[in-house]
Amino acid sequence: MSTASEQASVPKPPGKHRRKGRSHRRGRQVEPKALEEVRALLGDRPRRADLLVEHLHLLQDAYGHLSAAHLAALAAEMRLAMAEVYEVATFYHNFDVVKEGAPAPPEVTVRVCDSLTCAMFGAEALKHELATHLGDGVRVKYAACMGRCEQAPVARIGNRYVGGATPETVEAAVDAGSEPAPLPDYTDLDAYRGDGGYRLLGACLNGEKTPDAIIEALDQSGLRGLGGAGFPTGRKWRFVRQEPGPRLMAVNADESEPGTFKDRYYLFRDPHRFLEGMLLGAWAVEADSVYIYLRDEYPECRAILETEIDKAKAAGLVRPEIHLRRGAGAYICGEESAMLESLEGKRGLPRHKPPFPSQVGLFGRPTLINNVETLFWVRDLIERGHDWFAAEGRRGRVGLRSFSVSGRVKKPGVYFAPAGISVRELIDEYCGGMADGHSFKGYLPGGASGGILPASLGDLPLDFGTLEEYGCLIGSAAIIVLSDADSAAAAALNLMRFFESESCGQCTPCRAGTEKAVKLMDGPGPWDTALLSELSSCMMDASICGLGQAAPNGLLSVLKYFPSDLADPEAK
Amino acid sequence: MSDKVEFQLNGFKLEAGSDETIWQVAHRHGIQIPHLCYSDAPTYRADGNCRACMVEIEGERVLAASCIRKPTPGMVVNSDTGRAEQARRMVFELLMADQPPRDAAHDPDATLWHWADAVGQTESRFPARLTPEPDLSHPAMAVNLDACIHCNLCVRACREVQVNDVIGMAGHGAEAKIVFDFDDPMGGSTCVACGECVQACPTGALMPAKEVGKQVPDRQVESVCPYCGVGCQLTFNIKDDKIQYVEGREGPANLGRLCVKGRFGFDYVHSPERLTKPLIRKDGIARGAVDDLDPANPLTHFREATWEEALDRAAAGLAEIRDRDGGRALAGFGSAKGSNEEAYLFQKLVRTGFGSNNVDHCTRLCHASSVAALMETIGSGAVTAPFAEAENADVVMVIGANPTVNHPVAATFFKNAVKRGTKLIVVDPRGQALSRHATHMLQQKPGSDVALLNAMMHVIVKEDLVDRQYVEGYTEDYAALKQHLDAYSPEAMAEICGIEPNVLREVARVFATANAAMIFWGMGVSQHIHGTDNARCLISLALMTGQVGRPGTGLHPLRGQNNVQGASDSGLIPMVYPDYQPVGDPAVRKRFEDFWQTELDPDPGLTVVEITDAIHNDQIHGLYIMGENPAMSDPDVSHARAGLAKLKHLVVQDIFLTETAAYADVVLPASAWPEKDGTVTNTNRQVQMGRTALPLPGDARQDLWIIQEIARRLGLDWAYAHPRDVFAEMRQVMASIAGISWERLDREHAVTYPCEKEDEPGQEVLFGDGFPTPSGRGKFVPAAIIPPDETPDEDFPLVLTTGRLLEHWHTGSITRRAEMLDDLEPEAVAHLAPADLYRLGVEPGGTVRVSSRRGEIEIAARADGDVPPGMVFIPFCFNEAAANLLTNAALDPFGKIAEVKYCACKVEAVTERAAAE
Repeated sequence: MSTASEQASVPKPPGKHRRKGRSHRRGRQVEPKALEEVRALLGDRPRRADLLVEHLHLLQDAYGHLSAAHLAALAAEMRLAMAEVYEVATFYHNFDVVKEGAPAPPEVTVRVCDSLTCAMFGAEALKHELATHLGDGVRVKYAACMGRCEQAPVARIGNRYVGGATPETVEAAVDAGSEPAPLPDYTDLDAYRGDGGYRLLGACLNGEKTPDAIIEALDQSGLRGLGGAGFPTGRKWRFVRQEPGPRLMAVNADESEPGTFKDRYYLFRDPHRFLEGMLLGAWAVEADSVYIYLRDEYPECRAILETEIDKAKAAGLVRPEIHLRRGAGAYICGEESAMLESLEGKRGLPRHKPPFPSQVGLFGRPTLINNVETLFWVRDLIERGHDWFAAEGRRGRVGLRSFSVSGRVKKPGVYFAPAGISVRELIDEYCGGMADGHSFKGYLPGGASGGILPASLGDLPLDFGTLEEYGCLIGSAAIIVLSDADSAAAAALNLMRFFESESCGQCTPCRAGTEKAVKLMDGPGPWDTALLSELSSCMMDASICGLGQAAPNGLLSVLKYFPSDLADPEAK
Repeated sequence: MSDKVEFQLNGFKLEAGSDETIWQVAHRHGIQIPHLCYSDAPTYRADGNCRACMVEIEGERVLAASCIRKPTPGMVVNSDTGRAEQARRMVFELLMADQPPRDAAHDPDATLWHWADAVGQTESRFPARLTPEPDLSHPAMAVNLDACIHCNLCVRACREVQVNDVIGMAGHGAEAKIVFDFDDPMGGSTCVACGECVQACPTGALMPAKEVGKQVPDRQVESVCPYCGVGCQLTFNIKDDKIQYVEGREGPANLGRLCVKGRFGFDYVHSPERLTKPLIRKDGIARGAVDDLDPANPLTHFREATWEEALDRAAAGLAEIRDRDGGRALAGFGSAKGSNEEAYLFQKLVRTGFGSNNVDHCTRLCHASSVAALMETIGSGAVTAPFAEAENADVVMVIGANPTVNHPVAATFFKNAVKRGTKLIVVDPRGQALSRHATHMLQQKPGSDVALLNAMMHVIVKEDLVDRQYVEGYTEDYAALKQHLDAYSPEAMAEICGIEPNVLREVARVFATANAAMIFWGMGVSQHIHGTDNARCLISLALMTGQVGRPGTGLHPLRGQNNVQGASDSGLIPMVYPDYQPVGDPAVRKRFEDFWQTELDPDPGLTVVEITDAIHNDQIHGLYIMGENPAMSDPDVSHARAGLAKLKHLVVQDIFLTETAAYADVVLPASAWPEKDGTVTNTNRQVQMGRTALPLPGDARQDLWIIQEIARRLGLDWAYAHPRDVFAEMRQVMASIAGISWERLDREHAVTYPCEKEDEPGQEVLFGDGFPTPSGRGKFVPAAIIPPDETPDEDFPLVLTTGRLLEHWHTGSITRRAEMLDDLEPEAVAHLAPADLYRLGVEPGGTVRVSSRRGEIEIAARADGDVPPGMVFIPFCFNEAAANLLTNAALDPFGKIAEVKYCACKVEAVTERAAAE
């Protein structure tokens, strides 16, 4: 043992002290108060990584934004890296991340839809007026399509929507405060069962029907994926069923293709018809869990589904576990593999295919993915036999499609019309003709992704596979009708801006391509059509997913069908 | 998995392995396909995002990324169609639009520019985006996101390869951005500066700081990292005889990875404080009077001398003591930082030149107890399997180790395993970076390992989870252990170790029922007076569950120094000759006497701490220290320093004027690792080749030459012209490396021992069929609970524990002279629980006085939530507040290792005024 006198000496230390030492561990510290708040908010919810987006919603809802302190605490609580939390929080449009020292957003945010239909109906002027009128306590910003294009222009205040918005109606809604969104009248469980609902599911569950028989019936009906890809539904169910278990099911309720609002239409009216289809699918592929990925822009649907799923559970109709998950404002999550990533609590980046989700899907398990409307028709197709469906159709096409029609027509809305119908027939027979004072100039047959066709091609059959040779796609059957008041070039620029804003940023052709295309299309001079064409080829050929591949469709349509719109700089 | 896939590429019929991508097959056949986001370095997952490698596949609507796409039978692929080439060129044109101009490129030699040249697209017609600002907040790395192409290789480097989880891709679309944590400046983030991202970045957006990466090296030298026992292979990039930057090389232990020290900690070799001339203490300067000595300017206390004079003086002092007081009055400390050849020659010098076995090195301070237990139970002191076997383990248990700090690259393999589904059990009183990855994090009370491990084994016995077949086939003395464990129920042990009984049970089950489980441990196990008992428990745990001798199983004490394994193997230990052949065995001694042609001392020598005591007891008068720094590293270091001051003759051979060299009579300027050839052996038993990269500074000399010059002056007639001559001699007495020739090592860079024949690979996983013990069986040795030597009381109510910082090596003599490491951890810090700091009324960063029965220091307090309340952690690298002034020198009776992981201490706030006084 040493003694005090032994405290021997030592030469000078070698360090140079160019910098000051750290008083804490490396990096941002977790504040005890923030951690307490996060723990209180999460309660006994699991801390699993796949719930990250859900937990971020809890914070955003409770505090109106995501503070850095809360994010750091959430990372610690969920045992995630801070970067993992931050990159997810900043990926989605509907989260407001606020760093230390930065001002939190005002209590009220008004979002004005600036997607094509709303833009045609004056979104820009509306936003401008709101920004000047509403004052400092209210933030006014643009947001992408809210799935209410028949009511354009649309604004969102909290969970309330104002259709046919004017500065006055929006101001009134702001003043009214953030009440929950009013629910529409819909067919609830009792009404649905009273009409024979869930009998088919019951027959399946008690063994009266086999999965093979159901899948066979779907094959015969010709039902195809109505999210836009059009993959035969029966075949998809069979593929998943053939994969080794355990299997999962995911429902794509992230309807966000501009111009599309059919899923909302059906969920608002008849949620159990969709739920029964979903439960049939889960039964057919023996999925023990079903994840419904519902877009954040449909809070009313969420309320309806929460209520009705609980009722269905209480009625003993639900075998699998149902997880109702909430998107956070990212169009890309409508792409099925991006949706899977989001369901896993990550940024919504589309995956490479192969492997396909039917083989390697959610959490790496074989996963059946269907769109809301696809599932909505399953019960009817099986109960009523496929004939009523297959008997419909025009121009040699078979079946019925739900068209979301918006733009310059008298009566925009969702119309269940024969496949192969032409846009002219749709306008005249279903939509009450063109809006007063507007003459038909062209149309978008498949939302933002499907390109733009001129009036001269207004007699083409609208269906899967009929428009490709014209550089267009039917997709989710979102028809936006343009008139002589609209510039196709301006529409194409609106679409490209949308894609730029919604690109996940993963691959070069889409991330840089959409950004460069917007710069070229929005520049002072005429469009560099040669360069835009070259760029478009690369985007279509080399993007990872459909977003980038389809992003140039509008632009190319303008070059092909509306060259005169380019010649007129005013119109541009 | 050996199914071959036949397909067509550019008209050629080719075969792909079942896991091969189109790009890999093309590459193998010399077909060049550009790639940016894809790295063919190990562990890098293809991500397919940059789209620079697009190819056309017949029958597919769109092009495919060849880096991620696997061929299927009959697939027809073309990389050279106009469509594919056009798409690839356009990808480059898009990226080039946003690059800084080539003459201002951060890395003009970057992969991006290489491929842009190759595809003929270095210009762009597109308008550029806004240029992001540079981030130069980090001492070691520059972030210039104006060159970023969003390929996310750095994210994969950080998240999937090194699993440090700092870098992310925030935002989306064109606004997507590489961020550190919450888009914080890199220097203020949780970044641990492993530099993997810099090595991975294909554009120069992430580069070493100060533009050294722009330097075009005039030569490259392949060598090994001189810091920890992981043994990362690396490449020195040298220009004008200066190391400009360092890159990881694909060694078996690192697969191209490095840590902050190995990548950014090499400018110490060019430090102006390097010793370049022999020094002799000036007349009239007392040995202990070193307070005002500045190691940067030692001429206040020393005078320069010629090599002839210095060597004569050094050797004469030793010879005089030897001749007057006998060989046992001398001792030598060799170094685990030197080569195997140096270690071998050093111990040979002590044994044959001094005439005693008083030779030891820092193994005494690190794993002596582990080795004692391993030798006793399984007959071999080294690891039974390399740490990369973690990838084959279902369960990895890390106990008493903080590998992300002390073995950072080994830790990456554990984290990789966890990502693949391996369960991780971490047992340590302190939290650590691995805690977040742990399936089970057990923060036991310090010093209670035996209680915890006995409780786990109790459960395994009671729940019949013992691998009976293994126990019967390969072990002995199980019955005694079984009986002993009876008293150690989880309920009885919970209070002692602070872990709930149900947790102890669950962890015991997880470990015992794993198909393959592996145990890693560090100083937290070994540096206790019951360190040997701790290790015995771990060995028993592995033996009773049959978790030894198969892939994914084993016992792995993580060795600390780059060559502590090799130095021990080479005989730098007082009780054994090379290859652990006991000094006390007459037959062994006879063999070495014949081999070295001299008489040898029949008794084992003294260990490090015993030598200090022997100096105080007037038994030892002369000491020759090569590259060790006991004036900082020894427990109760006041006592050790007083011992150095008391010596009659002290010779120190080092590259800096260390705290120890300050006490020397003669200081011999030696060679730094990058200045010499030599082999080193890492924790995995991989013998690796280090190569000369730099000339010696000034008149510094090779250590091997210095040892021989001393030897010559002590009457030994040695003539080793090169380390290879020494290595050849070692192979004659070390069966373990008989199959490893210098030439083979030079060719293969690394060979694992034991390796008996030149044409055979070394054995990685050992003891599949028994152990090298007399019975061939592994032995159970029960351990009872022994409390730490000095427990907290009223006067000293806290527990002091010591260890290392990520940035600083051991006593700091090297790393505090490496500019970036010094900048990252510039001052002495004591880590305390935030709650304790609050209780003391000390702001984080404020000064505290820490005292023990042996000394006191004043030191800055760092708030560290990983430290449990009631504990203080102080790294021992800071001479201005040396942790070892406080530590307890009480020894483990078997390993003779000191209990530097536990002593009682007191912490007080130092007010501003008091500090000024």
